[in-house]
Amino acid sequence: MTAVAPARTRVSTPSTPALWRRVDWWLLGSVGALCVIGCLLVWSATVSQIDLTGGDDTAYLAKQATNVVVGAGLAVLVAATDHRWLRIWAPAVYLISIVGLGLIFVPGIGTTINGSRSWLSIGAMTLQPAEFAKLGIVVGMALVLAERAEGRLRTRSTGTDLVPALAIAALPAVLILGQPDLGTLIVLTAMVFGIIALTGAGKRWLVGLIAAGGAAVAGAIAVGVLADYQLDRFRAFTDPSLDPKGAGYNTIQSRVAVGNGGLFGQGLFDGSQTQAGFVPEQHTDFVFTVAGEELGLFGAGLIIVLFTIVVWRALRIARDAPDLFGRLVAVGVACWFGFQAFQNIGMCLGIMPITGVPLPFVSYGGTSMFAALMAVGLLVNVHLRTYHRHGLGVIVRSHLNRSRR
Amino acid sequence: MTARPRLVVVQVLILALFGTLLVRLWYIQLASGDTYREQAEDNAVEDVIVQPERGLIVDAMGRPLVANRASWVVSVDRTELAKLGDSDQSAVLHRVADTLDMSYADVFGRSRLCGEAGAPEAPRCWNGSPYQPVPIAEDIAEDVAIAIQERSEDFPAIEARQLSVRDYPEPFGVNAAHLLGYLTPITADEYEQAQANDDTTLNAGSLVGRSGLERAYDRYLRGQPGTKGVEVDAHGRTIGDGPVRPPQPGDTLVTSLDARVQSVVERELAKAIHIARHTRDEVTHRNYEATSGAVVVLDPHDGSVIATASYPTYDPNVWVGGISQRQLSELYDKRSGEPLLSRPTQAQLAPGSTWKPFTAAGALDHGYHRSDRLNCSSSLLVGDRVFDNYESASYGPITFAQALQLSCDTFFYRIGYDKWLDAGADSGDVQARDVLVGNAKNFGFGSPTGVDLPGEASGRIADRRWKRAYWEDNKDYYCKLGKKQEYDYEHVFAREFCVDGWRYRAGDAVNFAIGQGDTIVSPMQLAVGYGALANGGTLWEPRVGKAIVDPAGHVIRRIEPRRAGRVPVSRANLRYIDRALLGTSTIGTMAWKMGGFPLDEVHIRAKTGTAEVYGKQTTSWLATYDRNYVVVMMVEQGGTGSGTSGDAVRHIWESLYGIRGTKVDRDRAAIPGARPPRDLPRFETDGNIRPPESIEMITR
Repeated sequence: MTAVAPARTRVSTPSTPALWRRVDWWLLGSVGALCVIGCLLVWSATVSQIDLTGGDDTAYLAKQATNVVVGAGLAVLVAATDHRWLRIWAPAVYLISIVGLGLIFVPGIGTTINGSRSWLSIGAMTLQPAEFAKLGIVVGMALVLAERAEGRLRTRSTGTDLVPALAIAALPAVLILGQPDLGTLIVLTAMVFGIIALTGAGKRWLVGLIAAGGAAVAGAIAVGVLADYQLDRFRAFTDPSLDPKGAGYNTIQSRVAVGNGGLFGQGLFDGSQTQAGFVPEQHTDFVFTVAGEELGLFGAGLIIVLFTIVVWRALRIARDAPDLFGRLVAVGVACWFGFQAFQNIGMCLGIMPITGVPLPFVSYGGTSMFAALMAVGLLVNVHLRTYHRHGLGVIVRSHLNRSRR
Repeated sequence: MTARPRLVVVQVLILALFGTLLVRLWYIQLASGDTYREQAEDNAVEDVIVQPERGLIVDAMGRPLVANRASWVVSVDRTELAKLGDSDQSAVLHRVADTLDMSYADVFGRSRLCGEAGAPEAPRCWNGSPYQPVPIAEDIAEDVAIAIQERSEDFPAIEARQLSVRDYPEPFGVNAAHLLGYLTPITADEYEQAQANDDTTLNAGSLVGRSGLERAYDRYLRGQPGTKGVEVDAHGRTIGDGPVRPPQPGDTLVTSLDARVQSVVERELAKAIHIARHTRDEVTHRNYEATSGAVVVLDPHDGSVIATASYPTYDPNVWVGGISQRQLSELYDKRSGEPLLSRPTQAQLAPGSTWKPFTAAGALDHGYHRSDRLNCSSSLLVGDRVFDNYESASYGPITFAQALQLSCDTFFYRIGYDKWLDAGADSGDVQARDVLVGNAKNFGFGSPTGVDLPGEASGRIADRRWKRAYWEDNKDYYCKLGKKQEYDYEHVFAREFCVDGWRYRAGDAVNFAIGQGDTIVSPMQLAVGYGALANGGTLWEPRVGKAIVDPAGHVIRRIEPRRAGRVPVSRANLRYIDRALLGTSTIGTMAWKMGGFPLDEVHIRAKTGTAEVYGKQTTSWLATYDRNYVVVMMVEQGGTGSGTSGDAVRHIWESLYGIRGTKVDRDRAAIPGARPPRDLPRFETDGNIRPPESIEMITR
C-alpha cells in the first residue's frame, strides 16, 4: 500500500492549477530576498575582518552562498516529498536531532563556542543540532497531535493528547537547556506554545503552560543551570552601562552601530563600526546591525517587513492547511521564524536580552540556514497539498487514509 | 472551531512584535541617531597624544644652545608582547633583531625589566616603567622605522615612533651641561599632581626639566601637547586618520649667556686644571689634584650671567632617549668628580683672601678710616695661638690699599681681633653684633643669590650663632671621642670642642677676617659680591634668563633683573677699595700675571685667594672685575689664586675685550663692542634668529 501512495499524490486533477501558479511566490520571494540580503550583509561584515577571512575578501560570501544553495536544494527535497513520507521521516528527523543534541555532551565531538556547548565538530564541519531540533520538534509535535486527534476524528486536542506532545518538546528542550542555549529555548517555547494553542487546547492548558514555563525559568535561575555570564547578559540588558566593556559591550556596540545608520545607512561596505569590527559576532548573531548601519532604516526595515511577509504567508498556509498535521507544522514554523527573528533583531536593538540565536536566512551559518530553508520546504509542502484538498475535508480524508492503511 | 481565531491572535501578536521592532528601529536610527552617531565616532577615533616640541634655549646673540631633532625610536609594548605566546614573542623579537641589524640577545635583553628572569645587567635591561613602551633602539634609520610601521602585522607589540629629542648644537664647542640642565620622564607623582591640577601641559609621556635652565624655565619650554585622532578598529589597529589638534611648541628662552664667552671660559678652565694637575705642590710635595673648578662671568650692571663653566662636566646627550643606570651612577660618582654638580652655584669653599675686600669694607665703615695704617707683621699672637702671615712676610705699617694688594693676613687679623673684642669676645652671646659678620651678610653671603638656576647652595657664615648650633649638633660625637686617652690632634681637639666648642674664639674671628675657617661661599656668591664692588654697591640677583619668546617670535615676557639689595657701605669706602684692587693687577699679587696687559685701557681689578682647607690642597681663587664684567674663577685643590687661575682669567679678559698682545679691539671682542647687548635677538618669520640690532650695528 505504502508503495502506491506516493504515486497518487503526483496525479494532478484537472482543476489543479499549474505548479508555478500554485507556489506561494510571496513566501518564496521574501525568503529569497532575505537570503540574498543575508549573503551581502555577511560579506560586508567579514570583508574587513582579516582574522576571519584570512585575506580572502569573499570567503564568507562564497560559504554563505553555498549554504543557501545547499539549503535550497534540501528545501526542494522537503517540498517535493509526499506528506505521508514526511510523517514517516518525522520521527527519524526528531531522533537524529536528539542524538545530535546528546552527542554535544560527548567530549571531543561537542564544541564550546562563546560559552555555549552548542556545536558538533565532525571533521572540518561544525553542526548546531539545536537548529535541526526545531525542525524535529515542529514535525514531531505536529505528528503526535495530529495522529491522536485524527485518530478520534476530532480537530482539537484534549489534555491527554498534549502530554506526549509536550514530552516530545521537553526532551530536546532539556538537552538544549543543558548546553545552555537560552535563545533557542525561548524560540522553542514560543513554537510549542503556538502549536499547542492551535491544536485547540483549552485556555486552562495555555495558562497552565505559561505558569509552568515561568516556574521553570525561575527554577533554572534558582538552581543555577544558567551560567553567570547569561545572568550578566540579562542584567546588562536592563542597564548596559553596568559593564560597558564586558556584558554590556554587545548591547551598547550593536545599538551604536544601528544608530549610526540613520535613514539611508552608510552604504554597503562603508559602515565605520561594521568595518572596524566593533560589534562582536557581527556576521552571525549580530548580522542585523550590519543592515542597520550600512542600509539604514530602509534596509533594516525592509528585513523586518520581509519577515512579516514570511510569517504572514506561513500563517495563511496554516489557515488553509488540508489537515491538522499541516496546520500545526505551518504554525510551528511561523512561530519559529517570527519569534526567532524578533528575538534576534530585538537583541540587536536592545529591547531583548542577548541570547545567541541567528537571524533565519540572514545570519551566517550552515546548520541554521539548512534548518530554516527546510522549514520553508515544509511550508511549501503543506501549501502545495492545499490544492489536493477534497471536498470531504480534512477529517474524513485523514480518517480514510488511516483506515485504508 | 477555535483554530482560526487563535491563528488571528498569533498573527496579530507577531505583527505587533515586528511593529515594535520597526518603531524601535526608527527610534534608534532617527529619533536618537545623533547620539549614537557621536558614540560611533568616539568609538572609531582614538586620540593619540602628540608631544609638543620643546622650546629652544638661545644665547644673547640668538645662537641655539639647546634645540630639537627628530629621532626614530623603536620600542616594545610589554603589555602587548605579553599577550603573544612564547614562540610568537621570540619570533617577533627575532624579526626585530634582523630588521634593526642587532643581535637577538641584545633585543631580548633590552626588552627585559632589570631584575627580571633572563634580564641582562644594566644598562641593557630596562630600568623604567614596565607600562611605558620600552625603547630597544634609538636614532634608527627612517626607512627601517617606516618599514616596521607599515608591517605592523609582522611586528605586533613593536612600535616605531618619531620623537622630538633634545639636540645640542654646541656653538663654538660649548658644553654648558650644568647650565642647560636635562630632561627625564615625568614621575608618577608629578603626573598625578598635574592631573589633580587639570594641567594639560603634562601627560604620562612628558619629559620634565630636571636641572639647570630646563628645570627653571620648564613651564615655558614644555609647550602644550596636541592630539591626533586615529581611526582604530575594535582591536585598536589603526585604519585611518581622524581630527588633529596640533601641539603648541614651547616658548623660546633667550638667555644672557654668550656662547663665545662660554666656550672661552670652558676651555680656559679645563686648560688651567690640566696645567695644575701637572704642577707640583710644594706644600704636599705632589701634583695638584685640581679636582674641580668653576668660572663665573657676570654683568655687574644688572647681574646677567654671561657664562659659567663647571669642571668636570659631561655630555648632556647622555640624557637624550633615556639614561642608563651606569651612565647615571657615573654622573654621581665621586671618582669621576661628580660631574653632575654645578660648581658655580653648588660648590662651597672657604673664600680665602678674596674675602679681604669685604672685611676691608666692613672695617672702613665701622671705626677704621681710609688713612689708617696697620702693622703687616710676619705673625700675630692671638690669645695663646700664633697666626702667621702668608709665607711669614713682613711689611711694617701699611694702608688698607696695600694690605689688599699684598694680601697681608696679619693686617686683617688685627681688624678681626679688634672687632671680635668689640662684639664681646667669646662671651657666648649669639646675639652679639659683630660688624664684620653683619657686613658679610650685607654682601649677600650666607644666603642664596637667587640665581635662576635650581639647586643653588647658600654658603655659610661661621659666626657665633653658627658655632653654637654646630656645637649642639656635634658635641655628643666629640665628647665621646675625647674620652679616649689619646693625645693626637684629633682627640685633643675633640676634648676641647666638647668643653667649650660653642665659643666663638679669637682664632675664629681672625680666620673669618681673611676668609678662612668654617665660612664658605659659592663662586656665584663671590661674583655677586664683587659685582657690588664693581657697580657701586648694588647686589643683583644673577639672571641667566633674559626673555621668553613665543614660537612665532613675539616677546612674551622680559625677565627683568632684580635688585637683591644695596650694600650699606659708604660710596667713598667702596671707591677706595675699588681703586685699591686696581693696584692688585699693577703692583699686587696679580701683577706678575698681567705683564703686557693693556691695563691702562682695560681697568681690571683683581683679588687673589689661596684658601687653606684642612687635609687638602689649597683652593685657588681669583676674583676680577671692571665696569663691564665680573670674572671669578675657582679651582679646588688647585694651588694659589694667581698661580693657577691667573693665566686663565687673563685669557678670558683678553677675549672679552678683543685684546691681541697689548692692543685692544673691542669690535673683535667675544661680544662685539665688549658690552653685553641690552636688546634681544631678532626672531624672523622664517624661523631664523638674528643677533640683536645693537650687535649688528657694530659688526656691520
